Amino acid sequence: MPPLFFFGKKELKMVRKFLSGDSIFKKLTLIFALFILVLALLIFYELYSRSQLSINKFGLGFLTGVEWDPVHQVFGALPFIYGTVTSSIIALIIAVPISLGIAIYLSELAPKSFRSTISFMVELLAAVPSVVYGLWGLFVMVPWIRDYLQPFLESTLGFLPLFQGPKFGIGMLAGGIILAIMIIPTISAVSREAMLAVPDTQREAAFALGATRWETIRIAVLKYARTGIIGAILLGLGRALGETMAVIMVIGNRPQISLSLFEPAYTMSGVIASEYIEATQELYLSSLIEIGLLLFIITLLMNIFARLLVWRMMKMFRGAKE
Amino acid sequence: MTIKRVTRRKIIDKLVIFLALLSVVIAMIPLAGVLVFVTSKGLSVINLDFFFSLPKPPNEIGGGIGNAIQGTLILIGLASIVGIPIGVLSGIYLAEYGDNRFGSLVRFMADVLSGVPSIIMGLFVYVAVVLATRSFSALSGGIALGIMMIPVITRTTEESIKLVPNSIREASMALGVRRWKTILFVVLSNAKSGIITGIMLSIARIAGETAPLLFTAFGSDVWATGLNQPISALPLVIYKYAISPYANWQAQAWGAAFILLIIVLVLNIGVRFVARYRK
Repeated sequence: MPPLFFFGKKELKMVRKFLSGDSIFKKLTLIFALFILVLALLIFYELYSRSQLSINKFGLGFLTGVEWDPVHQVFGALPFIYGTVTSSIIALIIAVPISLGIAIYLSELAPKSFRSTISFMVELLAAVPSVVYGLWGLFVMVPWIRDYLQPFLESTLGFLPLFQGPKFGIGMLAGGIILAIMIIPTISAVSREAMLAVPDTQREAAFALGATRWETIRIAVLKYARTGIIGAILLGLGRALGETMAVIMVIGNRPQISLSLFEPAYTMSGVIASEYIEATQELYLSSLIEIGLLLFIITLLMNIFARLLVWRMMKMFRGAKE
Repeated sequence: MTIKRVTRRKIIDKLVIFLALLSVVIAMIPLAGVLVFVTSKGLSVINLDFFFSLPKPPNEIGGGIGNAIQGTLILIGLASIVGIPIGVLSGIYLAEYGDNRFGSLVRFMADVLSGVPSIIMGLFVYVAVVLATRSFSALSGGIALGIMMIPVITRTTEESIKLVPNSIREASMALGVRRWKTILFVVLSNAKSGIITGIMLSIARIAGETAPLLFTAFGSDVWATGLNQPISALPLVIYKYAISPYANWQAQAWGAAFILLIIVLVLNIGVRFVARYRK
């Protein structure tokens, strides 16, 4: 049989179906959806292949090396990991109580007419660009920290090594505070969503037992929303770990590991942003990109874990409400 | 004994309510601080010249940020060309065909990608585009910002298409309109305001991004000459001027910050009005 007759009626129908507008449109949108997955893989691949040089040279020692010396081509990332982690922990210590207070107020306490105004203002807090926070931090917040906060901390808690050292204003503490400001909107918005997802029957049950408002919040709301709240905190942490511009402008950018929060420090994102232009040697650039790869993996894992928590909790309650 | 216990519980209750209110007040301090300082310090350097002229060397009087405003507008335009089609089309996929495992995976990945630090996006485009073409360029800046717009637009498009009632779809299909035409011309036009909200929010988000532009658009002191050349942007100028030791540059950083803040706030408040108009 000549190949021309290969197309019987059935095959023709399949071809027509394949070429129909509906099918083409579906495949077109599918390609773009696929692009999102490809993008994530591509980011990983590009960063990974470009950091090969430094991975091969330093291996795991890159993570524990404290020396960062471009002149002698020795690169260790520990000071930057320390700076990023410590400033993010300071940010969480400040931001978590405040954010939970805001979330509790917005979901449980605030009068209806107040809610949208306050949540809009919190959203604005998230809308301010980080470089504007950096500008404000550098010229307004840092002098305030130097003139008021550091003398106060030294005179009250100065027996701790955390609060001893030079009083420049600029340093780890300033970095942590500016990060706290920037992650409050994330943590408060997501934990508020989690609290609003708690079914009202839970609250009514607690009230019916004679609980006060706080007891209701504690027993019925916080306990049930805790998965979502932990997710919210992790999302905030993810944001703090990767934040660049505001921190770079107030933290001092000196690669050192010091117990004192008054001392300057350096973050992972900070060193990438401020040194990539000087990194003319292959190994130097490769080391910077490896720091970027590390940051990508950490924030990716943090976000995956946080989203899973938030999703699981929302699903649970959607089930409970129906 | 019991009376004492009841009073204690009430006091704790009042105290917690007070603390919740206090945390709202504390969070408002930096917001108010930023708005007040940026406005007062920014307005004092802004005049017509500031909007339309090129930057001057440090310690020279005058000069403006005209090229940075131009650059930011060009970068937003480029980012929109990259981000809006990909975002809207993948959003359509998730809403119309995405009720399966692959759809959930894409949805999840979009959420996760929106949490990846902007500096990583910049570094990625630096490695993939700038190093490959051996030049900083407006185009690479637009790509970096456009990639950052995708997850936001994808998710808001999906959400707003899902809000379109099925009866409208059925009415269109009953008239014999093909599914893809129904989606493009009936469903999308019903979901329009939601999608526009998402686009505006994503533009507001990228307009102030600095970190990804350091590696890509790089900055420049002249008017934009081509998409394959480095280009200036408001956030880049704010950063450069703020960390410079020159008093007049520092003053101009506040002026640039004021203009950037106005753009971002107008977009955010505009979104509110669009959303309210819908209701």
